[in-house]
Parts: sequence; structure tokens; C-alpha cells
Amino acid sequence: MLNIPLKDYLRETRIFNTRLGWAAIGVLVFTAILLARIVYLQVFDYRHYATLSQANRVKPVPVPPARGLILDRNGVVLAQNFPVYTLEIVPEQVDDMGELIADLSKLVRVTDGDQESFRKLRRERPRFESLALRSYLSEEEAARIAVRLPFLNGTELRARLQRHYPLGGLAVPALGYVSRISEQDLDRIDKTEYRGLQHIGKLGLESTYEGLLMGRVGVEKVEINAHGRSLRALERIAPTAGRNLHLHLDAKAQAVAEQALGNRRGAVVAIEPATGAVLVFASTPTYDANAFVNGIDQPSYSALIENPDKPLINRALNGQYAPGSTIKAFFGLADLEAGNSIDMNRQVFCDGSYNLPGSAHQFRDWKRGGHGAVTLHEAIVQSCDIYFYRLAVALGPERIKNFLAPFGFGLATGVDLPGESSGLLPSPEWKRARGQPWYPGDTVAIGIGQGLLLATPLQLASAIATVANRGARMQPLLLRAHSDARDGSQTALKPTTLDLVPVKDSRHWERLTQDLIDVVHSARGTARAIGANAPYRIAGKTGTAQVKSIAQGARYEEKETPERFRDHALFIAFAPAEEPKVAIAVIVENGGHGSSVAAPIARKVLDQIILGAPAAPGSIAVRPALAPTADQEE
Amino acid sequence: MGPSRWHVDKPLLYALLLLAAISLAIVYSASAKNESITIAHFVRMALGFMVLIAIAQMRPELIERAAPWLFGLGLLLLVAVLGVGAVSKGAQRWLGLGGLRFQPSEIMKIGVPLVLAWYFARGGLPPSWPRIAIALIITLVPAALIAKQPDLGTALLVVASGLFVLFLAGLPKAYIVGALALAAAAAPLFWSRLHGYQRNRVLTLFDPQADPLGTGYHTIQSVIALGSGGFYGKGWLNSTQAHLEFLPESSTDFIFAVFGEEFGLVGILLAIVLYGFIAARALLIAFYAQDSFSRLLAGGIALEFFIQFFVNIGMVSGVLPVVGVPLPMMSYGGSSIITLLAGFGMLMSIQTHRKIVEF
Repeated sequence: MLNIPLKDYLRETRIFNTRLGWAAIGVLVFTAILLARIVYLQVFDYRHYATLSQANRVKPVPVPPARGLILDRNGVVLAQNFPVYTLEIVPEQVDDMGELIADLSKLVRVTDGDQESFRKLRRERPRFESLALRSYLSEEEAARIAVRLPFLNGTELRARLQRHYPLGGLAVPALGYVSRISEQDLDRIDKTEYRGLQHIGKLGLESTYEGLLMGRVGVEKVEINAHGRSLRALERIAPTAGRNLHLHLDAKAQAVAEQALGNRRGAVVAIEPATGAVLVFASTPTYDANAFVNGIDQPSYSALIENPDKPLINRALNGQYAPGSTIKAFFGLADLEAGNSIDMNRQVFCDGSYNLPGSAHQFRDWKRGGHGAVTLHEAIVQSCDIYFYRLAVALGPERIKNFLAPFGFGLATGVDLPGESSGLLPSPEWKRARGQPWYPGDTVAIGIGQGLLLATPLQLASAIATVANRGARMQPLLLRAHSDARDGSQTALKPTTLDLVPVKDSRHWERLTQDLIDVVHSARGTARAIGANAPYRIAGKTGTAQVKSIAQGARYEEKETPERFRDHALFIAFAPAEEPKVAIAVIVENGGHGSSVAAPIARKVLDQIILGAPAAPGSIAVRPALAPTADQEE
Repeated sequence: MGPSRWHVDKPLLYALLLLAAISLAIVYSASAKNESITIAHFVRMALGFMVLIAIAQMRPELIERAAPWLFGLGLLLLVAVLGVGAVSKGAQRWLGLGGLRFQPSEIMKIGVPLVLAWYFARGGLPPSWPRIAIALIITLVPAALIAKQPDLGTALLVVASGLFVLFLAGLPKAYIVGALALAAAAAPLFWSRLHGYQRNRVLTLFDPQADPLGTGYHTIQSVIALGSGGFYGKGWLNSTQAHLEFLPESSTDFIFAVFGEEFGLVGILLAIVLYGFIAARALLIAFYAQDSFSRLLAGGIALEFFIQFFVNIGMVSGVLPVVGVPLPMMSYGGSSIITLLAGFGMLMSIQTHRKIVEF
């Protein structure tokens, strides 16, 4: 049974048994130490500790701090704290519980479930404790109780602060929400810091800046009697309220963006080019963050999860899309920079299709029959595909990657939101690492922003902001400053430069900008519809990203394609073109054309930010959502 | 083999069942008669015992063969957990698997002694120094991953479990003395790398009154609970320290204080006898085991069980800093009960599958 020599076996047994003996002695000694300590505590020091236990009358009760507010750039409150009323009863002060509950039921609704959980509390908790009968009373219910409180023996009305998002679903992708502290949270937080607190930032800014928002818990030392009844407060260390967050976000522009997207699946991100300030961060469809604060009920949650439009996905942050023709804005600069690959005024003949040498596969232009002979300027303005197929092949995958990287493609922007996606800037090594060869066709597809290349709306906005800012890529940030809740003293965050796009000739920026202006403002530009009546000049690029590949020789017919396979509509822009105040990226999933669907949305948001008024007639108001009420009885 | 078809070690099983019963009673009391907590605790216990019985039926050879795979799997999951954690910021110890959540670090509490026993069984004892070095790497890599989560308590426990197996394998005395000297020398460095709150926990050990409402609070209240229990205790469900909510974490890390307050020295003596019996029985199984793998594994599991008991009670009675190690078989919550009982299942497998040959 053992294929080692007996002598070795015996030796090993001896070694092990000796060690085991030592271990047994260790176990005995350490147990003896514990036992001695416990005998000492329970026998010799018993009187001392029994007295302490009896006299253990000062109980530290945590006093929760108020969580910091979140305000937009104009002081519009996006997240606040709202008093929530709970109806409580102290059983020992009540003569006839049945009668009292019957009386209370006439004032506010008390369900059988409420009564059941109250009965359970009564069995479990001491008689002198205040036990909850109903939570989440509406203001009106609370008022009805408050008026009669003097006549209701043993009844208490407790107010507690709860997080509330007054604008409901507005800017949820940026704000995130707080929710009840879960078991997983308990695992990573310092529990003493959260004593008395029930909520924690789960997503978005509420999570990123949890440390600033939460404040510091205070302590009240309360004297209690032997049964645990509170007698009086002895001493109080006041809690420190959390710091208020002041965002770059513009709630009005955000509302315009969300309403312009409507029920469609899409995202809008607007950034101030010079600072990286995020002005709009929208993802639709949106949902009401208030539902999550106290734990969303299962049917509502299932409805959100099963909704085919996936409202819980943060499309602005995590939606990774093929940028489509919007990428041509950047390739335009690459072309100018490369200079030698395609001459400035050299024309490329676009006959509507492109073949790689020695291949029968046709890469088609979106315009059947092609654009004829086009210069770079015309190629950008009319979004000619053939020009950029050729350009991409001339540049090659390595140079494309090196050129696009400083614009932030393939790299998380580092915005102050958790869980950002990084998009994908593919390269032959990247593909090789996944065991696949790089095909020349991969390079061709990147030329028009299709294929492997993926970017988030935030990345696209940051990239076009970099163009507006003449190559200086600024760190996108939602937070402008945070302030002390008591004295209002502010600490502002400084804009930081992430990267500089190197250019050989700074005039290339002007030329590219002119090309992009002509996309919107020239007679043949793809986005001319939104430029027609604009009081300022917009530099932009449309994009229509293919979702489903079209068979060779077949044609894409929007009306005949099921909605989920229709093209994504994109538009990126900055304005005013001469002195950019805002850069924007818009995507509408399966929206169809960038020019007809995405660009008009961008125009509305740009109007709101630049002119301070929405473009369309009928004002879009920032209207507070109703406060949460447990029941709508009226 | 005995007349029973089931491979279980009855003395060990009965002792564990008795502890489980005590644990249920005390969790019920400490949680202020919370039925759902007690039921959840019961379910975990039941699941743990099922795992124990299942593992006890396997032959030790099978466990031995599975050892490196289990360790590898644990290591992979630990890396996965860190990956997920990096995305969501903050500490992340849990992996969700189709609704079930578990801590991969728990696997390592059993995985490290298992793989070391497997490793040392493949080479003579005592181990040569290159083999000792490899064993240390095997121990420290998962420990470092766990410490990064960060979960210092479990990381130290994993290190301890590795060192126990090394010790039992016959680590030369010179190494032990050298390591102790090195540890003493490195202590100041280690101290300087601790977080502020970790340092405070150690400091308050010497002077709990220094910060009576902060870090010292746990220790003060837990010692009062134990001390005021006296000889006979205050009786079941009568812990004022827990019920007036002076004692934090009363159903998890500090459950022994509630036990001591309600059942006094008499109860504690019974508990210590039970824990001592289990540890002794486990060491005896190690002694009777017939091959190096079984011996080292059994000894390692026995000592790991004991060290958790010692550290928890040391913490509750105020002789060790508050480090957040639950009391095995007693504390509520965590996947630790399952791992613990899985370990005892291995002990029973070793005990009940012995060859008849005696030397």
C-alpha cells in the first residue's frame, strides 16, 4: 500500500507525531489561557462587572447626519432629503390597543399587513419601546395625525430624512441613487462610520462621492433605566452634514435632451471643450430613481429588467457603439496630417464601390452610384465612404490606432462615475491576442467607423470636444465644486488636461473645422437641415452605423428592416464653431439616419445651452416630480 | 470498518451537532428573537452538515487527487473577484453564481492546507528548503489576493493554516526560531503599514477606556457581558448587554459574549470542553492517519479550527485585538460554516477509510 521504504515511513511518522505532540501542548496551553481569563472575569471580577452591567445606563445612540445635496450648475436641486413620517405606538401607554388602532385607521390607511407586522413587533420588543404601525405617511396623512396627537395616547409621529430626487428620472445616469445598505456593502464599509445610517450611494455620483456626501455620524449619550427606557439625553456630539455637490450639469439642457430623445433608446452627452465640464449626460429610456431608495418592489423591478428597451443600462457610460461616419471627422485630420497619403486637393473617384486589390468583396458607398470625384472637403461634407476606405487602407491599422488613441478612443475617459466602459480601439495585436488574424477588410471597415471599432457616447463627446479645443483633451467631470453645508465655503475642482493631440500644422484644425461647418451649413452637407435657421454656426458630423450586415448585392431598405436591425443614428458636433462653448454627441439606437434623427436632437440641446431657450415651440420646463407617497387615496 | 454503511465519525458528529444546537439557541437570543435570522442560520447549518456527510463518504485518495484542482479553482475565483472588484471600486469579496453568493476566500481556508498536504506527501519529510520556499509561495499568493480585497482577518487565517501544515511536516527548528526573530524585527514595519483604524484596534486593547465610544466600545461592552454573567449566568434570553443593544455584532463576532452572559462560567466550561473535545478528536484522527497526506491535512484542519476559536474568544474576552474572526460553529452568517463542516467531512473521511494494517 505504501511504495516508500518502511524506514522512511517510520521516520516520517516519528517526525509528524512529535510535531503533533507539540501542537497538542499548544492547544492545551492556549485553552488554559482563555479559561484563566474567563474565570478571572466571571468569578473574581464578577461583582465589578455585574455592577457595571447594572450601571450600564449611558447608551451611545447614533445621530445620522443629513446627506449632502446635489445641485446643477444653476442651483437647481437634483437630490435632496425629504422628511418621511412614521406612525409609531408605545404599547405600555395604551389602554385599549384595538380601539386606538381602529381610531387611527379612520385617519390614515392601515392595512392588514401593517397590523400583522405591528403584532409581530409587539411580541418581540419591550412594551415601553416605540413601534412602527405605518411608514411613509403622506404629508397630508401626517398632518391629520399631528392635529389629533394630543388626544391619541401612546401615539408618536416620527420624522426621518430620506433621499429624494425631486426631478424623478432626470439625470439618473449621472446622479445614480442611494439605496439600503446591503450585506455586500456591509462587507466593505467601516460599520462604525455608518451607525444610524440606512442608505448608501449605489450608482453614479451618489456612489463616486459617497465619502463627501455622507457626512459624519454624531452621537447622543442617552441615559436609560434597567429596562432600557430612555430617560434623558446627557451629551450630544452633533453630526456633521455631508457636503453639497455642485455639478457642471445643466438641468434644463438635460431635460431638453431627455425629452428630445423621448421614448427612443439613445444617449446625449454634452461637454464644455475648454474645461471638460459635462453639461448633459442623458440616457433613455429613463426611470425614476426614487423607486430604488427603499428597495424597489419585485414586479416593478422585473418590469424594468424585462423591458426590451433596457432602461437600466447607462447608454451614455456603457453603451459601446460603432461610431459610423462620425469617425470621418477624425480621419479628416489624419488625412491632413499624413499629407502624403492623399494630397490636399487631390481627388478620389467615388463610383459607389471599393474592392481591395485581389478581392471580389465590394465595400459600398451609402450613395448608390457614388459621389464622383471628391476632395477631402467634399468627402467629409457629403460623407463619402469610398474616400475613407482608401484613406484607411493607405494609413494602415497601426497608424490609425496611434492617431485615434490621443482622442481617447479605446480608453475610459475617467469621468467621475463608477463602472465606465472603455470602448474598443482595435489593432492587429489586439486581434491576434484573441487568436484571430487581422484581415485587410478590418482596416477598410474602420475607415467608416464600422467593424471592430467601438466608442461610448461619452468618448465620442470627449473626442469631438478635443477637436473643438484644438487637440487638448480635457478630463470630463460632472462635479464642479463641493461645499460645506453650514458655511457654504466651496472647494472647486480644477480642469485637467489628459492628452494633447500632436499636429504638424495647427492650421489643420481650422481646415477640419471648416469642413465640419460645411457639413451643417453648406448646400450639400449631410446635416444641412439643422443648419438652415441656426443663429450660430455648428461644426458637426453625422453618422449612420450599420447594425446588421447587408448581404453582397442586396440593398438596405429601412422600411423593410425590423426595428432592432435598423441603423443607429449618430451626430457629433461643437458650437459655436468659432468659439466653441459646447461639444455634443448624440446617438439614437436603431434611429435610422444621423442627419434626420440625431442631428435635430443635438440642435435642440445646443439651442438650450447657447441661446438659453429650447428650439421647438412649447417650453420644456424643469418640473418637480411629486413627492413619494405610500398611497394615493384621493 | 465499522458495521455502519455510512462513513461518519460518531463522536465528532455528535459534538458538532451539540454545538450547532447551542448555536441556534444563542443566535435566537442574540438576534432579539428574530425568527428569520434563526431560520437562515438553521438552513446554513443543515446545508453544512449535508456537505460534511457527503465529503465523509469520499475516499481520502479522491480528496487528495482533487486537492490541486480545488486550489487552482479557488485561486482563479480570487482573481476573478478582484477583477470584478476593480470595476465596481471598493472591496468585493463575493461572487454571484446564479443567485447564490459565496466568498472564494472561504475556499482557500481549506484549499491551502489541502494543497500543502498534497504537496508534502509527494516528497519525504521533513521538507528541503526549496520545497519550504514553494510551500510559502503557495500560502502567500492566495493570502495576498485575499488581503487585497481587503479582508485581513481571512488572509491571516489562510497564512496560519499554511504555517500549521509546514510545522506539522517537520519544518526545521532553526527555521521556526529564525522566522520568529524576523517577525519580531519586522513588527515595527508592519505597524507602520496598518490603517489608522487597525492600529486603533490594537491600541485600545491596552487601554479600552481611551476611546470608550469608538474602537474600545466593542471590547468594553463584551467584557462587561462576560463578567456580569458570573458563575451561573443570567439565563437564556436574559442578556441585557445584547438586548439593550449595548453589545454590537451580538449575533456574529461577539456571540460568545452573549453566551457567557446568559450561561455564565458553567456554560462556558461546557462550551470549552466541547471545543476542546472536537480539537482533540481532530488531532487524534491526525495521529491515527496512515499516510502523510491524511496526517498533514487532518492536523492542519484541527489546528485551523482551534486558532479561530482561540482568536475569537481572545477578542471577546479582551486579550486580543478586535480582528473580526467569527467563532466557528457558533457565529451567525457567512459561508464559513460550510467550509468548516466540509473540513470536518474530510477528517471523517480520513478516519473512516483507514486501512486495517497497523504498525
